[in-house]
Formats: sequence, C-alpha cells, structure tokens
Amino acid sequence: MSSTTLPATARVPAVRDDALLRATRRRLLISRIIAHGALILGVLIVAFPIWMTLVGSTHDAATIGRGDVPLLPGLHATENYATAWNEGGGRTRTTPASIMLWNSLLMAVLIAVGKIAISILSAYAVVFFSFPGRMAAFWAIFITLMLPVEVRIIPTFQVIVDLNLGNTWAGLVIPLIASATATLLFRQFFLTIPDEFVEAAKIDGAGPLRFLKDVVLPLSLTNIAALFVILFIYGWNQYLWPLLIINDRSMETIVVGLSKMIGSGDSQNEWNTIMATAVLALLPPVLVVALMQRWFVRGLTETEK
Amino acid sequence: MATLSLRDVRKSFGATQVLHGIELDVADGELVVIVGASGCGKSTLLRIVAGLETATSGQVVINGRDVTELEPADRDIAMVFQNYALYPHMSVFGNMAYGLKIRGMGKAEIEKRVKAAAEILGIGPLLDRKPKQLSGGQRQRVAMGRAIVREPALFLFDEPLSNLDAKLRVQMRAEIRRLQRRLGVTSLFVTHDQVEAMTLGDRLVVMNAGRAAQVAPPMEIFERPADTYVAGFIGSPAMNFIPATLDQGNASARLSDGTLIRFADGPRPGEAGMPLTLGLRPEHVETGDGPDSLPLAVELIEPLGSETVVHGRAASGMAVTARLQGAFSGESLPVRLTPTHLHVFDAETGRRLEP
Repeated sequence: MSSTTLPATARVPAVRDDALLRATRRRLLISRIIAHGALILGVLIVAFPIWMTLVGSTHDAATIGRGDVPLLPGLHATENYATAWNEGGGRTRTTPASIMLWNSLLMAVLIAVGKIAISILSAYAVVFFSFPGRMAAFWAIFITLMLPVEVRIIPTFQVIVDLNLGNTWAGLVIPLIASATATLLFRQFFLTIPDEFVEAAKIDGAGPLRFLKDVVLPLSLTNIAALFVILFIYGWNQYLWPLLIINDRSMETIVVGLSKMIGSGDSQNEWNTIMATAVLALLPPVLVVALMQRWFVRGLTETEK
Repeated sequence: MATLSLRDVRKSFGATQVLHGIELDVADGELVVIVGASGCGKSTLLRIVAGLETATSGQVVINGRDVTELEPADRDIAMVFQNYALYPHMSVFGNMAYGLKIRGMGKAEIEKRVKAAAEILGIGPLLDRKPKQLSGGQRQRVAMGRAIVREPALFLFDEPLSNLDAKLRVQMRAEIRRLQRRLGVTSLFVTHDQVEAMTLGDRLVVMNAGRAAQVAPPMEIFERPADTYVAGFIGSPAMNFIPATLDQGNASARLSDGTLIRFADGPRPGEAGMPLTLGLRPEHVETGDGPDSLPLAVELIEPLGSETVVHGRAASGMAVTARLQGAFSGESLPVRLTPTHLHVFDAETGRRLEP
C-alpha cells in the first residue's frame, strides 16, 4: 500500500461512471420518496373528512339527500351558510349558529380564563409557601387528575341543581373550572423559577402578591398562552356537561346544537346546513390555534429563564 | 455607614446543627470575607444576616439595632447573589429600580440614583437591555448596581464571582474592592476561593464545620494560622503536614525517623512525647545538600512559569511539596525542613502551639 497526499490546491477529478455515488444517490431518492409518500398519505387521511364537510356545505339538500357524495364544491355555499348562521338547521329549526357560536365562545373563554386563574393561584400557593398540609393539598389536587369529569357528573349535577344554577352560565362554567392538569403544569413551571428570584424580591421588599404580579406572571406568559389554547379547545369541545345543565335553547352551545340537528332517522336531515354549521364550529378553535401558534409552541418547549 | 455584630448565632436544620455559635463584629466600612469549604455553613450565615434564613438562636445587630426578627426588606441591606438573580423580563434599568419602586420612591429620584450607579459601574449604555443580552461580567455589574442604588447600610455578597471565567473574576475582584472602598459600605463577602478571600478582605473569617476557626486579617491568618484546618485551607499549594512528637525539654520535635528539629522561636508548652503536627509551607521548604537534608523521590513536577511545584516523597513515606523558584527537572530533590518557618500544632486538637 502506498499513501499519497494531495497537493494543497488540487481537487480530485470526478470518477467517471462512479457506481458507489450512483447507488448512494438512488438510495437517498428512494428513502425520500417513501418518507414523502407516507406523510402525504397521512395528511390525506386526516384532511379528507374535513374536505367532505367543506364540500357538503356547498351543495343543496337534495344532492346530498340522493346519496351522491360529491367530491367537488357546489354552488349553494352562500345560502347554506346564511341559513345556518341566521336560522339554524334541521327540521325543527334549531338555534341559529350565530347564537350558538357566541355561547360556545363565552363558555370556552370563561372556562380557559377561570382554569388558568385558579390553577396559577393554587400552584403559587403550593410552590412558594410552606404551610401545614402543603403536600397533602398538592396530592389532593393531583389525585383528582385521575377522575374524569364523567365519573363525578351525577353528584356535580345534583349540587348545581340544588344551588339553583341549572340553565345559568355559572352552573355551566364553574364545575369545569377546577383543573388539576393546569395546576400541575404551573407547579412544574414555578419549580423552575430559581429561589434567588424569590430571595431577591424579598430583599427588594416585594410581598407575595407583588412578586406574583411583577415576576411570576410575566415569566409565565408563554405557559399561560399555551395553556389557554389547550383549555380553550377543551372548553369548546365540552359536550356532556352542557347537554345536561342547559335546557334553554338560547344558551345552547354549538357542539351540543350540532348533534341535536341530526335527527333520529324518521325524516330527512338537512345535511347541507349541518355541514355548514360544522364548518362554522370548526373555525374558532382553528383561529385560536393559528393565531397563538408561536406562543403555543414556545410555551410547551422553551425553558429559558 | 454601619456596623454589624453577630452574637452567638446558631442554626440547626432538624437535628443537624450547621452553625455552632458564631461571634463576629464588623466595623464601619470594613469588608469581612467569610471563607470555607462547601458545607461549612458560610452561606447559611450570610443568609441569616440577610434575613432569608432564621437563626435558631442568637442575635443579628446592624448599626446597634437588633434586626433578628425583621424582614429582609427592613434590614437596610443589599445582596448580590451567586447567579445574580436578575429578573429576566425586566430591563437593566427595571432591575435596578425595582427595589426603589417598591419603596415608593419618586420617579425622578429613582432615575437619578440608577443613572449615578450605572455611571460608577460603566453600564450606562446598557440600561435598556434585558439581562439575557448581557455578558457574564455585565450581569455581575448590574447585580452590583442593584445593590448600590439602595444605598444600604450593609452589602452582602454570596459568592458573586464564582460564575465568571478566571480572567474576569480577577478583574471583577479588583473592581469590587475598589468600589467598596470608594463607597465605604460595610460588607460581608462569602467565598470558597482562598485567593479571593485573601485579596479582598480586611479581615477573614475562616469557617470549618459551622465554627469560625479563625477571625483575623489575611496576613495574620497566613502567618499564624490558628489550627491545622486554617493552615491547610489558606495557601496554595497547601501546607505540608509532618507528624512528630515533642522531644524532651520541649525545645524540639522528633520526626518518626528520629530526626530532631529545633524550634527556632523557643520551646512549646506540653509534655514530652506529646504528638505534634508540624506545618511547613511549600515555599519555605529549602533545597540543597547538607547533613540534615532529606532526599525526596520526585513524583510530580508542576511548572508554573516563574516557579515550579515539586511533589515528592521521603524515604519514610512522608509526602512533601516544595515550591521552587525557576524551573526544575530531576529524579530526586534534597530538601531541608527549615525550623524558621515551622508551624507547630497539637496533633490531637489541631490547635496552634505558640512558644
């Protein structure tokens, strides 16, 4: 074997008909095709039902009623959306989507804001104060994580009705506000705030509420934004509880209203209006995610202090 | 302008006692450095002075007033933290002004004080920046600035230089010293770095296992360490310790191999045969052949440029470190344990034995 060194400025001449190079390029190409193929297929599977809904909302009731499922948009978009927005759909003219959207928005915002406010306060207490039963309080919160809403729905219903809160916003929102998940997340975040900040604030003379307002809240902004997105969607998608507690149709939320639009099968459903309402129901969560995406991602990934 | 006194300060965490009755008086304008290995209680002591930790018993007196039960904010102190603890979402100005704002000081006065402090520290152009946008040295200055604007009676420093690189540390050390002299504020400075302690302090408190082993000016600690812990802790490379016994007549020490070393400064109290620990700093180890010289087998040579540290071992197994001027190379080094710079300690208590 002889070893050669290249002159300093020389470049290696290309090997003509280099089999290794060709094989490498082919392998890269194939793996790229497979990766893209899988991703595109995945997107199609997820997106197709939404496309169907979008398309369905642009045809008249008869087209869908015949059983043809068109794949291309029709010409009745304006009237379908106008009907859904102004009058509601279904054979018994349900609540108009405009009112239901407003109801859902109010409920989702109240739930998200309420959950964040209450979990920040409880996490703040658990992390920054030492009081007897602190760990007990934390574990009590933590254990409720394991109980889904549905498990405690009957006693909760009883309590709300006994308090005469049926058919009220308070009755709708308050039972959904206590949040173990958000408390836990804030606790974990607060634990990463260095003790030195607390001590520096003590020496600066900032009391507990001042420290919360001036230091803890500004530092938690991205976390709050991320949680807001998650909790807004959680609130928006509530079904069982609003169904139970709200009988007044003017307070109906869109998720509940949408399912009520679909009849039991004894008559023709107005699928075009239902689909238009479904698209409308989809928009606010999509908007919230799209507008807050930057914050959302930062809040979930960043741990910059 | 203030004085600080600690009276029998004790602290226990549960069953573990970490401070065993600390007594200290700091004069007006004095900079006292608390130095010790980690876990010796030095930070706890500082935090008790700051009011961030409550002493189990004892008294903290600032300017003649017992502040033991007061809140940190009411003690008229300012503290510089190890990682600076600058609020990341506030600008440099906001960080420095925050304490004053809480005190309800007027806007104009706050601005005047912050500007003045920024001027002193040379961070005037940085006032609008966030801490994230600053280098380590600049953050350090801002942390100092936050303390200065308060115009406190007492500065507390909790290892403020340990997050800086070596070069910056030396620079900031000198700067802190200059600043403290200029402002004349009484200061307590905690560090584990003995060089920092020696260069900064008017006086040092060397702490060992929750006790103040010695409280004295730096050179006194270096020249007359109170016990073997202080002797071994201060000085680099560390002092050589040689086991010996007190010889008949108390005027000399006998090494394990029988060598007799006469005390240059007079006999030590005690009974003949009492076990001793002799201390000799590496720079006081003399080299050269002679009747009483001890040949060392050289184990490690550390060239430091102007001097060389030689680690060797005598025939009796005793390890000796010598610090020589200039370069050195070789397999063996004859040394003499010169009695003139010998420190004599009681081997049982570790206390220094004076003639």
